[in-house]
Amino acid sequence: MFNPVTPQHYQTQLPGGSHWSLLVRRGLSLRLTDVAGGANLGVLMYNPYQLSEKYNAPDTLKCQHSFKLTQGHCLYSDMGRIFCSIVEDTFGWHDTVCGNSHAELVAAQWGARDYQTHRNHWHQNGTDAFLVELAKYNLSRRDLAANLNLFSEVAPDEAGNLQLRRQAQAGDSLTLRFEMDTLVVLHTCPHPLNTAAEYPRQPVQLELFPAPPLDEADLCLNHCPENQRGFANNALYHFGLR
Amino acid sequence: MLTTSHLDPATASLREVVRAGDYYLGLVKQGQVLRIVDLEGNQAADTLFYSAQDPSERYSATDTLRAQGNVYLTAGSLLKTNTNRDMLKIVADTCGRHDTLGGACASESNSVRYALEKRCMHACRDSWMLAVQEREEFGLTKADITHNINFFMNVPITPEGGLSFADGISGAGKYVELAALMDVLVLISNCPQLNNPCNGYNPTPIEVLVWDGP
Repeated sequence: MFNPVTPQHYQTQLPGGSHWSLLVRRGLSLRLTDVAGGANLGVLMYNPYQLSEKYNAPDTLKCQHSFKLTQGHCLYSDMGRIFCSIVEDTFGWHDTVCGNSHAELVAAQWGARDYQTHRNHWHQNGTDAFLVELAKYNLSRRDLAANLNLFSEVAPDEAGNLQLRRQAQAGDSLTLRFEMDTLVVLHTCPHPLNTAAEYPRQPVQLELFPAPPLDEADLCLNHCPENQRGFANNALYHFGLR
Repeated sequence: MLTTSHLDPATASLREVVRAGDYYLGLVKQGQVLRIVDLEGNQAADTLFYSAQDPSERYSATDTLRAQGNVYLTAGSLLKTNTNRDMLKIVADTCGRHDTLGGACASESNSVRYALEKRCMHACRDSWMLAVQEREEFGLTKADITHNINFFMNVPITPEGGLSFADGISGAGKYVELAALMDVLVLISNCPQLNNPCNGYNPTPIEVLVWDGP
């Protein structure tokens, strides 16, 4: 139970086809769980004090020499800092190159978004979900970036052809440990390569709790020399802010 | 896919050499054809496109990859905007494959990739920041400096999930040509990176050509 006087643990669930945003403080962990299997969690991240600093997928991939994201990887901003580290992951391969679907694509595939008829079971799409959340911080489509699609594995063949190869099963989870204060923007709309016959509407559970302090043997810190320098940039950033 | 062009540089309405470490910012109107030439070989041309009418509509790597279902750009690739509209089409390519996952170099990412003390080395994003400041008439800001195309750059992706910056597959005189399907602003940083093979450790000039239609 969440105690507003002494908050130590908060658990909530995002229904499928939804969006939310929250500020996660440095030193907290966010565990994300695919409750029923087949979820997709779109994620963008911003520095809440300097909103022009945001999650940068190309920098994240190239500095860790990886197309997929999983345990041991850090998620970088465009300013050479680490928003958060993936400290646990039972799934193994999260997408960050396919972006989001759009209203007209969802309409063509599963029917138009229609609140009057479907109420909160309307067919929301990832692009509009992000834009709604971003507007709450005076951000616009100019501030969008290539997002994460957690619980969706998109793999290329030898020729570079992409397919949504695998989706998470019920109970799959990953834990993000936040290395700086971060505005986290989320949606649970379908992955843009999802070809399901019915609009996929899968929930994701969120748990927030204090992370243990970073130690020198940390998996993410020691994943590659680049991450050691990324953590050094964070330490430099916090050096002046204590 | 290797595809050559019949357009004659002598009939181009614009020819401009862009030296390494400099930017190019110009308008290409709907129906015009843009060619970028790797003059000396193994040179990355970091490129962004915007709708000239409203630059908040811009080239989108994610929408382009999703729509074509492939991570590489080459002849036949249709470049999409962030509103999923058709923006440009690659109509000729003598290099064969171009990257749109590696992003641009920035002094901040250089500090992570190479050394904290390399943070002051020149980088593509700084060229773009100079463009934003010098060419105020376009109304561009840092928010518009985003996920780009790296023409001539070789970033192989493996089925196992690997990604690396490999030696270039480009060579002297190779080019890529794009037909504009709307009025676009093209913003190129001719990459100054000295720390990886994207420019063969030796940044060299590129040439930009524009024709008034095929």
